[in-house]
Amino acid sequence: MGLEEYKGVYVFAQQVDNELSGIAFELLGKAKELAKDLNTDVTAILLGSGIKGLADQLAEYGADKVIVVDDPELKEYRTEPYAHAVSSVINEYKPEIVLVGATAIGRDLGPRVSARVATGLTADCTVLEIGDFPLNPIPGQEQKHNQLLMTRPAFGGNTIATIACPDNRPQMATVRPGVMQKIDPVQGAKAEVIEYNPGFTPNNKYVEIMEVVKEISNTVDIMDAKILVSGGRGVGSKENFQILQDLADAIGGTVSCSRAVVDNGWMPKELQVGQTGKTVRPNVYFAIGISGAIQHAAGMEESDIIVAINKDETAPIFDIADYGVVGDLNKIVPKLTEELKKVVK
Amino acid sequence: MKIVVCVKQVPDTKGGVKFNPDGTLDRGAMLAIMNPDDKAGLEAALRLKDEYGAEVTVVTMGLPKAEEVLREAMAMGADKGILVTDRVLGGADTWATSTTLAGALRNIDYDLIITGRQAIDGDTAQVGPQISEHLDLPVISYAKDIKIDGDSVIVERQYDDRYHVLKAKMPCLVTALSELNEPRYMTPGGIFDAYDAEITVWGRKDLKDVDDSNLGLAGSPTKIAKASDKVRKGAGEVKTDLDADGAVSYIMGKLKEKHVI
Repeated sequence: MGLEEYKGVYVFAQQVDNELSGIAFELLGKAKELAKDLNTDVTAILLGSGIKGLADQLAEYGADKVIVVDDPELKEYRTEPYAHAVSSVINEYKPEIVLVGATAIGRDLGPRVSARVATGLTADCTVLEIGDFPLNPIPGQEQKHNQLLMTRPAFGGNTIATIACPDNRPQMATVRPGVMQKIDPVQGAKAEVIEYNPGFTPNNKYVEIMEVVKEISNTVDIMDAKILVSGGRGVGSKENFQILQDLADAIGGTVSCSRAVVDNGWMPKELQVGQTGKTVRPNVYFAIGISGAIQHAAGMEESDIIVAINKDETAPIFDIADYGVVGDLNKIVPKLTEELKKVVK
Repeated sequence: MKIVVCVKQVPDTKGGVKFNPDGTLDRGAMLAIMNPDDKAGLEAALRLKDEYGAEVTVVTMGLPKAEEVLREAMAMGADKGILVTDRVLGGADTWATSTTLAGALRNIDYDLIITGRQAIDGDTAQVGPQISEHLDLPVISYAKDIKIDGDSVIVERQYDDRYHVLKAKMPCLVTALSELNEPRYMTPGGIFDAYDAEITVWGRKDLKDVDDSNLGLAGSPTKIAKASDKVRKGAGEVKTDLDADGAVSYIMGKLKEKHVI
């Protein structure tokens, strides 16, 4: 079949416990831009059990169509029935682009689906755009237009590569959460809802779920925070994170941290920013006692304003900070908290 | 029980990344190591061997130099090493790599295949699940814990806010997180034996049920349009001469100027 028969931008609308994940809306936001460039529409693939009601929400965030696969086999995420459902949707509807969140679920599902439908998959993309491949004409080689150009960091964020998938369809990417912008929801928007069920026949690839253990969390998701007060090894101890918490309370922010802090057991993994943690882009990011290794920078350098406090003036964090202060965080942070309390009510 | 562990030799990024004068990565100046997640997968296999008895075979795909990681694995306690190397396999993306490894694995008996979750050079986490698809096996990725129960494996699988305890019938494939365990050291006797151990070397012709059109650079669906060092945001202001009060008023001033407060 010709590649030109594949049409439309599809996103995998991840839901957990019948609640849509933030990444689903972020993907829709990006898909809408891509669909505009390609003069096509946006379809959300919604899988689960008893989840039809979520279609309206997807419409409000930009889906023109929602393909719903509603089946008891899809209640909890499992690789095989989900891969079967998404692959079947791809084979049936032939999208030209399929975007999946680079979440724990998406990074498991994406490779399995891409191998099944025999196409390429670019992991953890941070930029997606429509363009030509090759980027510039090369004599003797056809330059293809309207290709999905997928940009991703590699090598722990040290290099960046732009990748195309010119000869296979769909073009598939997993997209790092927290990078793409969701649109302001359009209240009352409706999508065309298509119910589809490829049939599920359990086989050896259906693993059995013996137990689901939820790790209770009381913390705010740092990816949603507008102001992050982030601490690194330089904070010195678990106890000393209290001065960061006080600062966060004074300015209405949330505490996050670097990998070293998690490795030392001072803070839980879910508060970790960086290559192996979360990607954040708050309005203000305070980097306190954080040296700013490339792996950390990869997760926060898109923040609008970066304020760094570090006693080492050669710390790489000062290369990306908007406002840097070389000094003792133990003296500066409590004073800053006091000053903020005077002005922020 | 027969366990196969797939490992990759990668440049070590821990001691900092070295660059050439032209700004590209100086791979030659960086130590080549066994990928950390793969090493955790190997350790998991060796623990299963200690507990239940198993033959552990280590497979790698790469340049001839990659046999170093096989010898390291054998010095840790693996029984056999297979190096898949051939010029036509170079430049492979994850699809072509997983196709190649699946072609090699079709020659081997196994109950359990373990791969690392992802390699520190590419960070894709794709090759393990793709191998399982090519071999039509169940996959459990992101394993926190691996146990054997009769003809099944029981694995704790990490998600964002929860983990699942999953049971899969063998043969199956599990991908391991480096947090899974603390890999053992090579033993002096093991190093000695591994130095002399025979490594099986396979090339293109040894891959089973694999089409040429799915191998190497030419067989990779994804193509690099452009690669470059990351362009970083320029530095802003850095104040090196302020006391604590000065620093606080400087920061307060900027927060006001930017309407944060």
